[in-house]
Amino acid sequence: MTLPLFIPGDDPGPNFLGLLDRLGVGAFKPTGAFDAAQITHGTTVVAIRYANGVVMAGDRRATTGHLISHRSIEKVFPADNYSGIAIAGAAGPAMQMVRLFQLQLEHYEKVEGSPLSLDGKANQLSQMLRNHMPAAMQGLGVVPLFAGYDARQEQGRLFQFDMTGGRYEERDYAATGSGGLHASTVVKLRHHGGIEADEAIDVVVEALFQAADEDSATGGPDPVRGIYPVIATITAEGFERLADEDVASRTSTLISRLGGAS
Amino acid sequence: MYISPEQLMKDKADYARKGIARGRAAIGCTYADGVLLCAENPSNTLRKVSEIYDRIGFVGVGRYNEFDQLRIAGVRHADFKGYSFSRDDVDARSLANQYAQALGHNFTHEIKPLEVEMLVAEMSEEDGGDQLFHLLYDGTVMDMTSFVVIGGEADAIRERLEATWSREADLSAALSSAVGALAGPDRALVGDDLEVAILARQNGRRAFRRIEGDDLDALLA
Repeated sequence: MTLPLFIPGDDPGPNFLGLLDRLGVGAFKPTGAFDAAQITHGTTVVAIRYANGVVMAGDRRATTGHLISHRSIEKVFPADNYSGIAIAGAAGPAMQMVRLFQLQLEHYEKVEGSPLSLDGKANQLSQMLRNHMPAAMQGLGVVPLFAGYDARQEQGRLFQFDMTGGRYEERDYAATGSGGLHASTVVKLRHHGGIEADEAIDVVVEALFQAADEDSATGGPDPVRGIYPVIATITAEGFERLADEDVASRTSTLISRLGGAS
Repeated sequence: MYISPEQLMKDKADYARKGIARGRAAIGCTYADGVLLCAENPSNTLRKVSEIYDRIGFVGVGRYNEFDQLRIAGVRHADFKGYSFSRDDVDARSLANQYAQALGHNFTHEIKPLEVEMLVAEMSEEDGGDQLFHLLYDGTVMDMTSFVVIGGEADAIRERLEATWSREADLSAALSSAVGALAGPDRALVGDDLEVAILARQNGRRAFRRIEGDDLDALLA
């Protein structure tokens, strides 16, 4: 591995993807279609904006056709210290996109000496999705959520994307993946303008629980193995993942509430 | 016209050394929690001290455009290596060797040598394992575990630092010893004259932190 030095006209600047292209390991372009039943998929993720931040959550199941292929994959990741990304869709390309996105943000920050703005980060993700479109057309679609704390506007912000790279800022909440419809109905019924972190976390726990109840590709809480949804908050203090014990105790509170109601 | 190789190399070396000696100096030294990087740099935007990777820092002196291009190449090398293999596989030794190759090649093959002197520092997860690589304009590379001084008047500064440096020093003691050595007996340096950063074991994955503004003034007081 030699030192990557470029002449001025060919310099990729702070763009890590441009660097990969020049080093000959750029994006992979599939030539034929994939059978969706043979591709591993990750599913439901949900995010809610609250007074001074955003909470993001994802279930832990990955499926291949009708089979459960993983019980404990993670779909919510820090993108950098002040933003997070949650993914649904073809698991392999989605994980790769998360990794490249994280690297791109850090690479930009180091080369330029200052971090990207939150809009800049969201736009980067749009462009990565657009570059991924040939693969999405062949059945390897990825649909992420992106959220972060915007230091300039002093508030949490949330973005939803489609497979073509379309970027839509959401004011209140967003959900995606096969159980996303059920999850967002739960959030819709419980959401209100003055929602705070603690309540928002309880709402995403219930949203994922109900999505798992209706959708076979969404995994519910698994107390036998100790597997619970990944939940993280993003505030002015940064990205912080909740401890499994916290999610477990919120889940058992929810279950006893639901059990009592029936 | 014939020029003897000895004369050619000597002229190039003199040219590079003159360019480097004009600039202000910088210090990299180990201390109790990791590595301290401290440069005399009145500019607040044109950096001499930078982050390369999780535990690797960079200091360059001499011609800004030349060492900054090498800094960016170092970030690219490290990020690409971490992407291809794993974050644990990125180390300062391999980066220092790459820099040495590039500097050495430039020194022998180009008319104008690079007027740069650089330091690549790597913090170790364990106490006492920190490494400093000192790179000269001609590709010479030296490894140290104590301290490195680069830039103008390096010999005098090295002598002063030798007298006050200690591996067990805490951050404020290490900083005052570095700043005292940079300033010398006849000057005093304040926060605005300095660019300071640390690679510290308590900082998490990305160990590099700049120390600026009020934090720096408080440490210097």
